[in-house]
Amino acid sequence: MTAHDITRSLSAPARWRPWEIALWLLIWIVPVVLPQHAALVNEIAILGLFALSLDIVLGYAGIVSLGHAAFFGTGAYTAALFAKHVMPDPLVGLAVGTLAGGLLGVLTSPLIVRGTDLTRLMVTMGVALVLMELANRFDQLTGGADGLQGVVIGPLPGNFEFDLAARTASFYSLAVLFLAFVIMRRIVHSPWGLSLQALRDNRLRLAAIGLSVNARLSIAYALGAALAGAAGALLAQTTGFVSLDVLDFHRSADVLLALVIGGAGWLWGGLIGAIAFKVLHDVISSFTPQYWTFWIGLFLVVLMLAGRERLVRPWQGLLKRKGAGSGNE
Amino acid sequence: MLTLLFDGIAYGMLLFVLSLGLAVTMGLMNFVNLAHGAFAMAGGYVLVVLMRGYGWPFLACLPAAFAVTALLGAVLERTLYRRMYGKPHLDQVLFSIGLTFMAVAAVDYVMGSSQVNVQTPEWLRGRFEFGSGALSLGMGAYRLFIIVVCVALTVGLQTLLNRTRFGSRLRAAVDDPRVAAGLGIPVNRVFLLTFAAGSGLAGLGGALGVDILGLDPSFPFKFMVYFLIVCAVGGTSSITGPLVAALLLGIADVFGKYYLPKLGAFIVYMLMIAILLWRPQGLFTRSGGGR
Repeated sequence: MTAHDITRSLSAPARWRPWEIALWLLIWIVPVVLPQHAALVNEIAILGLFALSLDIVLGYAGIVSLGHAAFFGTGAYTAALFAKHVMPDPLVGLAVGTLAGGLLGVLTSPLIVRGTDLTRLMVTMGVALVLMELANRFDQLTGGADGLQGVVIGPLPGNFEFDLAARTASFYSLAVLFLAFVIMRRIVHSPWGLSLQALRDNRLRLAAIGLSVNARLSIAYALGAALAGAAGALLAQTTGFVSLDVLDFHRSADVLLALVIGGAGWLWGGLIGAIAFKVLHDVISSFTPQYWTFWIGLFLVVLMLAGRERLVRPWQGLLKRKGAGSGNE
Repeated sequence: MLTLLFDGIAYGMLLFVLSLGLAVTMGLMNFVNLAHGAFAMAGGYVLVVLMRGYGWPFLACLPAAFAVTALLGAVLERTLYRRMYGKPHLDQVLFSIGLTFMAVAAVDYVMGSSQVNVQTPEWLRGRFEFGSGALSLGMGAYRLFIIVVCVALTVGLQTLLNRTRFGSRLRAAVDDPRVAAGLGIPVNRVFLLTFAAGSGLAGLGGALGVDILGLDPSFPFKFMVYFLIVCAVGGTSSITGPLVAALLLGIADVFGKYYLPKLGAFIVYMLMIAILLWRPQGLFTRSGGGR
């Protein structure tokens, strides 16, 4: 095996596969041919981006988080406040929201590099709870439980106004999701991304070959936080409204659930999970609006008892075999 | 001032009884059971149904709440929980969140979503006043009753753990399940009994707490954080750790809500994060042992 072969086999999984391109084309076609479902597409795109951000943290870095809504909420509140008090431009607002999420991720990353899974669970949840208490406390700024009202977002470049039918919003959110996906795809297939997966699988060995474990965990956490902030900013901009709900525990639980349905540890997991979760939600709540959590709970219990790999195995098995064919295994 | 301290202690003792089962499950089976609050809720509703529907006396309902939730815990351990022991923490978390979702929706469906109350008996509604001024102490009879029950339980459990054969088996199984099994200790049965007892205690705590904590279907999520704080801060290797953590949490919460009503919960969470940063394994840990 020459150096050239090794380079090729290492870079093979980074190439775009035909089905990925086809899937993305399909995703882009949906809001074009089904404009009446634009609001749902927008919601799915936002949840997909949020799940993608959790995938970096959980699926690639192996950090169990029950408080990912902290970053989502930070992004949402920052974008909304920025639009209300500074300037209504959506793109600048999105950048500010993303930065705010990332900054909080950097600030809180020392909290998650120490301790056990339980400690991390508690600390991530604690951060989200602290933020929620703060948002509740400073209600003259955030609107408290009533929500922040009067957020007006300006048009996108090219004079696309956000309309009530959420057509502009759906394309905007999809574009951001696509961009984030492409960037994350580059990152997880880079040498740094590979080292991150090595860390998740065996922390001790990674440390033994002389790479810094804590630095990788922190950067991955901040990266996930920034993306979650972007997802929150999208929600605030496309709905023009933020309330304490964006920091609520159920948001962290929902995104975890979506990611697990799609399968953590590959980038499509978040997207497929978001689609499945939203569709599931829509279907179940159409016949039992009040008790849909029961069925979601039952689904979770059964899924965990059966082993969550089983749900994604058909996909992953396919991927693995393809990888083996090109000399990956 | 002293009254607040007294209320805080009562609250803390209640939290201790509620969380003890969780601490044991975490320490013993290394299982993160977020559905623990659902057992407490079950105990509360058993009390409500028995007292309101069947006119049982309050004192008879408490053991009933314990028994019913213990049975429920035993059945669930046998059928569901046992399969999850070896799985990664993430799976356990999701599994128990799923169970909690189901419990919340089911209770909502059966009992309605509004908060329920019970009439505590006459002799528990009194109030004792001592002293005056800054040192005045007002003790609600019900809170005094809670403290008495919880202290009795704590002493009883401590004796059970330290003085009986079952206690030594349990401690052996916590320290190293494999060696314990090799010595002929029926580890599975010890787990089952402990899980049932822990669920029962949660049920008892839930029943005792109906009057103080309030009871509605969202109970498991509302108090999940508190149970987890007790276990994470107190450590899961002894009974003393969770006790101290629960008392601290109870007192801090009552004081915080009284003096800084809008920042009370904020202080509790910040304190938890700070303690976990300082001692990631909890305040009280034993050296040695299995992990």
